[in-house]
Amino acid sequence: MLKFILKRLGLLIPTLLGVVTLVFFMIALAPGDPARIMLGERANAEQLAQLRSELGLDQPLSKQYLLYLGRVIRGDLGKSIVTQQKITDELTDRLLATIELAITSTIFASILGIVLGVAAARKRNSWVDYSTMTGALVGVSMPVFWLALVLIMIFSVGLDLLPTGGRMNVRLYFIPITNFYLIDGIIMWFREGKADYFVSALKHLILPTIALGTIPLAIIARTTRSSMLEVLKQDYVKTARAAGVPERKVVFRYALRNALLPVITVIGIQFGLLLSGAILTETIFAWPGIGKWIYHSISARDFPAVQGGILFISFFFVMINLIVDLLYSVINPRIRLK
Amino acid sequence: MSDNIKEIAPPAEPGFWKESWYQLTRNRAAMAGLIIIAFFALIAIFAPLAAPEDPLEQTISARLTAPFTDGYILGTDDLGRDLLSRIIYGGRISLIIGVVSVGISLTLGGVLGLAAGYFGGWVDRIIMRVIDIMLAFPYILLTIVIVAILGPSLTNAMVAIGISQMPRYARVIRASVLSEREQDYVLAERSLGTGNLELMFRTILPNTLAPTIVQATLGVGEAILSSAGLSFLGLGAQPPTPEWGLMIASSKQFITSAWWVVTLPGLAILLAVLGFNLLGDGLRDILDPRLRD
Repeated sequence: MLKFILKRLGLLIPTLLGVVTLVFFMIALAPGDPARIMLGERANAEQLAQLRSELGLDQPLSKQYLLYLGRVIRGDLGKSIVTQQKITDELTDRLLATIELAITSTIFASILGIVLGVAAARKRNSWVDYSTMTGALVGVSMPVFWLALVLIMIFSVGLDLLPTGGRMNVRLYFIPITNFYLIDGIIMWFREGKADYFVSALKHLILPTIALGTIPLAIIARTTRSSMLEVLKQDYVKTARAAGVPERKVVFRYALRNALLPVITVIGIQFGLLLSGAILTETIFAWPGIGKWIYHSISARDFPAVQGGILFISFFFVMINLIVDLLYSVINPRIRLK
Repeated sequence: MSDNIKEIAPPAEPGFWKESWYQLTRNRAAMAGLIIIAFFALIAIFAPLAAPEDPLEQTISARLTAPFTDGYILGTDDLGRDLLSRIIYGGRISLIIGVVSVGISLTLGGVLGLAAGYFGGWVDRIIMRVIDIMLAFPYILLTIVIVAILGPSLTNAMVAIGISQMPRYARVIRASVLSEREQDYVLAERSLGTGNLELMFRTILPNTLAPTIVQATLGVGEAILSSAGLSFLGLGAQPPTPEWGLMIASSKQFITSAWWVVTLPGLAILLAVLGFNLLGDGLRDILDPRLRD
């Protein structure tokens, strides 16, 4: 087991190094002069030269690369051109908003996906199965940003039930404590004796959660169904049935546990993707997370910020995939033998 | 002598495709997908005939006309342009994007996967290392960043989608090359003195087609979705192009008053992508039972 973990960790270093290298050269070798792009066509030669030396663009490429690598290893992602703030600070400020949304979306997608997947597998070729699988296929075929707008159109504009964006009613002034607004809402509930903060945070989360969670929901439902069908064919399930174990117990006690193994991997991968895939959803719902920040950095042509942002998210993504892999080997010892 | 060699036929003989087609016609979901795709392809080809109006022509007096009024079947957008005509021309653009993006990924991924699988050793290690690093980036993020660097345009969006999708084709093709490489028919060809390039492209490549077709069909759908997303963010097609994602973006402020301007182009995207997903899933069941999820 330890050997497996060490081997996976050993692979991590070249991957991360590769990610840093690719991010650096993608930006460095991009067509056009970044200083010119950032300052616009009207900038004079002097301003350009100054920005170039500020960014280290007057150095040879190999030296730029080594300097960049050195800074990244020390945890320094540079400064944003637009705000002049440290990029790591900007990212950590927004990280929790993104994580909160990714967690609620993953929970929503996992619970509903597993329930629907199991139901479809138990009643194979019934209307439950067909409608779940058709729904799942429609879910993965849908543009997320369109779904988000349709949800706003129905629940915010039409029925006036839920807010169109943001994390909390602006009239409810409060200083974030944990920066997970749901938890902050509960703390305020205890402190001030009113549920307004919690309710507002919850209401703001519902639509973004559904929009962001739909694709993972569809994928989880499909995986659960096929994995469950596979397990229900196994001999031990047949034996349990033959021995007269009640069907509910066979499905939920014996089969589900094994059927969930591949589902857990899928959930982990989807969680990793949600942290990065929230650019569209966060932009539409004015959700102050990393996705919206990267979108604004791209629009402002703030290249150091874009560079830092993708590096940060990719690191996160690689780490989550590693954790999923390790977790999977813990719950499924067979994989370690390979 | 060559007559004897020919008897060791590669697995993908014409009968395989005939049989697969027969199975496809019996798969209702896949046929539904095929019909949807054919429908969009026909309107795309005959767009000038199918569209009632010029998709760019503005009739300011008829701004935001509701569907089925004044002869506008699907209504008009905020500049009084006929929505049906714009959706029809948008289909043309989306299909081109899908096919071109997948063409780019197939070419890049095909060459890399073929080389990695065929040569093995250090060639394989270097190529797969690069592929693994590319896969360390979330797909959407990689696409957005590549367009951001190249500059926003429809062409760059296709290039970005093509590059981001490339790793999966490289993997699929490498895997099937690895399993074909040691087959009798390849060894036989090699013993006849056939060169590396000819072996790679003429002998092995055709036999990697089945899993590649599955991947490519699903890839077209995903490319259409991605390009709509890029255009929505202002990183793909530019106004006044009738691109579906852009149409949604430029009319999103009217969702309070005119439901159709956002809803209808989105339904077009959904339907087109659904077509490719239905066909792709069906093809996967038929051509590559191992890949079933």
